[in-house]
Amino acid sequence: MNITLRVWRQKGQDDEGRLATYKLTDVSPDMSFLEMLDVLNEKLTLEDEDPVAFDHDCREGICGACGVVIDGEAHGPERTTTCQLHMRSFKDGDTITVEPWRAQAFPVVKDLVVDRGSFDRIIQAGGFISAPTGTAPDAHANPIPKPDADRAFDAATCIGCGACVAACPNASSMLFTAAKVTHLGMLPQGQPERAARVVKMINQQDEEDFGGCSNIGECAAVCPKGIPLDTISQLNRDLLGSLGKGVG
Amino acid sequence: MANSTLTKKRSTAYGSTVALKTAMAITGAILVLYLIAHMYGNLKIFSGQEAFDGYAHSLRELGYPMLPENGFLWIFRLVLLASVLIHIYAAVTLWARARRARPAAQRYKVNKRVARSYSSYTMRYGGVLVALFVVFHILHLTTNDIAPGGRSDSPYERLVNGFQPEFWYVTLFYVLSVIAVGLHLRHGIWSALATLGVNMSRRQGMLNAIALGIALIVTVGFLLPPLAVTFGLVS
Repeated sequence: MNITLRVWRQKGQDDEGRLATYKLTDVSPDMSFLEMLDVLNEKLTLEDEDPVAFDHDCREGICGACGVVIDGEAHGPERTTTCQLHMRSFKDGDTITVEPWRAQAFPVVKDLVVDRGSFDRIIQAGGFISAPTGTAPDAHANPIPKPDADRAFDAATCIGCGACVAACPNASSMLFTAAKVTHLGMLPQGQPERAARVVKMINQQDEEDFGGCSNIGECAAVCPKGIPLDTISQLNRDLLGSLGKGVG
Repeated sequence: MANSTLTKKRSTAYGSTVALKTAMAITGAILVLYLIAHMYGNLKIFSGQEAFDGYAHSLRELGYPMLPENGFLWIFRLVLLASVLIHIYAAVTLWARARRARPAAQRYKVNKRVARSYSSYTMRYGGVLVALFVVFHILHLTTNDIAPGGRSDSPYERLVNGFQPEFWYVTLFYVLSVIAVGLHLRHGIWSALATLGVNMSRRQGMLNAIALGIALIVTVGFLLPPLAVTFGLVS
């Protein structure tokens, strides 16, 4: 198939950036989106041009490194990561626009690569449990009700790709923070720090210049891991509980 | 970058986006409850002038003689005014935060709505329209400073005078504003419930249905009286 790509090119943080147009011929529908970008980069390299910088690692949908906005949708038209999106989702002759995640908290490093260090700092602020390490305890030493375990696991599948922020009209990271708050809050190990955790994580989120949540639901709709929107309500409950207890 | 130290904290959870949203949710809920009561009063127009004016007058004497005359009314007005001001303050602050979170220079070249409803899309500008309408509405039907069709001491006559067919533009503005209120409630009620922590996956459909139901009832309930006047059903 033949496609036209409009790709965001930006030399560095201080560069203004612009959309550049490239034509690709003989693209296989079986290629993943990233393989298609690889083909583009080979072509650019042979033509002595700068290849398009983009993040990627595992290419099997579990690491969260890749992620671009394709035709206005985070990770493109399928509910999966960019690496698991295939060219068969597009038609011959399509023009595809590729942009980086857009948020003040995700500055563009180069082309399609953004710095998601703000996510790391939100986790650093409270997205962990403090426990003495050692050999793993017996799996049945601490019984957890099945629905709680399921919910914790569902929330824990967040790979921190940042699609929620990219898709949110307010560039809010609530779904990301809520996933971690829910994951740890559903388990006994997360209880001792529960009240302080949500406060610290929300403070850091605000500090990083993410926007506020207006419950529009774009985040959950594009999340490749299907993190449910109601985790945000759970975060709100925890935060209001903490404020009620004076943990602010 | 992962190892960079955390910046010094300026944010506190009491002023966080979540706290602001909670303030919006609570004040919004007060205003929705008020709207439902207001709509109930409006529908008395169909019981005739005596019932409508009598109801309006009884509001002034609510709680009398325990409270001074108009006492309840003024407490009520102060609560509403405080709610409106807090609601607007939180909205403007969050709006500014959202603009900072994705400045104009960083907007996407191609935008696509995946999940968001039209009502959520109109929240901010629709809210501005509603605020302007409320000012006009008070000047029109409460203080009667704006009096198309003539001033009157009877609330019933103010209403009937104001929505005569020759003042179709007043009616049109009213209808558009009430539809804006309806859209605002459709997303606002759902959003308030989610903000207050009520949402759970299995309840999400029900909460949206509640929001849609209240929005529809309020919209239709407010549209009936002026349209009945315009089309000559009430005179």
